[in-house]
Amino acid sequence: MKRIKNFKLTRKVFSYPYILFMLLFIVIPLVLILVNAFLDAEGNLTVENFKIFFTERSSLIVLGNSLLVGVATTLICLVIAYPVAYILSKYNSGKILVLLFVLPMWVNFLIRTLATKVIFVALDVKLGIGTVLFGMVYNYLPFMILPLHTVLSSIDKSYIEAAEDLGADRINVFVKTILPLSVSGILSGITMVFIPTISTFAISQFLSNGTIFLFGDSINMKFEQGLYGVGSIMSIVMLVFVLISNFLMSKFNRNGAARGTLW
Amino acid sequence: MVKKFFEKLFLIVILAFLYAPIIIIIVYSFSNSSNFTWPDGFTFEAYRSIVTSDKAEALKDAIVNTLIIAAVSSAIATVMGTISAIGIQTLGRRAKRLALDVNQFPIINSEIVMAVSLMVFFVTFSFPEGYLRLIIAHVAFCTPYVILSVLPKLESLDPSFYEAALDLGASPFKAITKVVFPLIAPSIISGWVLAFTLSLDDFIITQINKGTSTGINTLSTYLYADARVQGLEPFWFAIFSIIFVLVLGVVLTVNLVKIRRQKERKNEI
Repeated sequence: MKRIKNFKLTRKVFSYPYILFMLLFIVIPLVLILVNAFLDAEGNLTVENFKIFFTERSSLIVLGNSLLVGVATTLICLVIAYPVAYILSKYNSGKILVLLFVLPMWVNFLIRTLATKVIFVALDVKLGIGTVLFGMVYNYLPFMILPLHTVLSSIDKSYIEAAEDLGADRINVFVKTILPLSVSGILSGITMVFIPTISTFAISQFLSNGTIFLFGDSINMKFEQGLYGVGSIMSIVMLVFVLISNFLMSKFNRNGAARGTLW
Repeated sequence: MVKKFFEKLFLIVILAFLYAPIIIIIVYSFSNSSNFTWPDGFTFEAYRSIVTSDKAEALKDAIVNTLIIAAVSSAIATVMGTISAIGIQTLGRRAKRLALDVNQFPIINSEIVMAVSLMVFFVTFSFPEGYLRLIIAHVAFCTPYVILSVLPKLESLDPSFYEAALDLGASPFKAITKVVFPLIAPSIISGWVLAFTLSLDDFIITQINKGTSTGINTLSTYLYADARVQGLEPFWFAIFSIIFVLVLGVVLTVNLVKIRRQKERKNEI
């Protein structure tokens, strides 16, 4: 009786339905992935899935390919995006200009990917690692420009002037002042490009005519074939990537605005 | 001088890289060919075939599905997100932290992992294939954004508004609907717009959770299925062009208005 009396419709109660929803559709599904990683096809406990994933040639090739394409895409994006963001941060009308650079990311990635694919096919370009890299950079470049521009345009100009007054030449101003101040932008750019690059499915499949499989493609394929165990292991590996990059990002963002991170 | 010139040239080259495919597709959408030739010269035939081709029916279904799923799931996400944001705001520090961390997960997690984890969940508990699964999945990845849009606004509200309403005799429910809601309406709307857009744009989660037996397709999953079998037929060029112009036009206008407003506000101060 006392319990019921204590229950009041406070505002706290409003959060319960969504907390239940998150428990059901976010937490339990992830737990199921963890559980499935230790189950074989008959539902018995096993560590066989781990063995299969870490010894099978094909899955190691996928891991290698993903890391290769992921790292290469991220580096190319960084090399292109940093100067773009840096130049834009010097303009007064930089906001409108940066809008032009990130606008394409609002168009569905499948459409952008297929648009580039038909053009490659028409130009008789051989589909392979080169076209996959092009497609990835084309898709994810805006995701690198955006955080870099945010960080670079918020650097107080007086830091740069101070460095110049103290006798630093232009290279030193860049290496010792601008670069360290933009580390958080670089890191969030890397995360926003690297994670989607290795986990998206369809881009590499379309742009390599199905010859290059990345993590996302093979997770999808394993589940399609009903291989829940190995698929779950690959999902866990993917999750580890996500958590590591998130951890790194929040470490560097501690004194800045730590948005979109877990720790 | 020379440096300025090269900086501008660099920006133009990168912009060209970003927009060339879009422009090429739009130009050739008027050629009614899939191989970038002009067999019939300039024609609107590709646009006409959106409604006349033998795939018109399936295409229409896919577009309708996309809109229904986006409308329903963004509505649910907005209502649930707003109500729970009000609740989450009043939770104790640790409970709030935990709730927000879990809420953050769909945002930072890679889409494919979220998609397969939901799929395993639906299969394990044998949820019926079809709209139910898709709408739950879309609500799951849209609601976090609604909360992130509404919660900061709620926290910046002066709590005395709510308390004053209670003191004046309003029930908590009335205080929220009559006082709190109107004050946070703009951020509810922007949360809804974000949820609707994300749902429209989604491919991976829909593709993996749509099930095989129902034949439900959204525009992106239909495109995926169709393009995987063969290349793109001319009508896809027309659809891509419409989407390019629509999306780029809307996003550009919205942002330009926003930038202008910010400038005006700065000038007022």
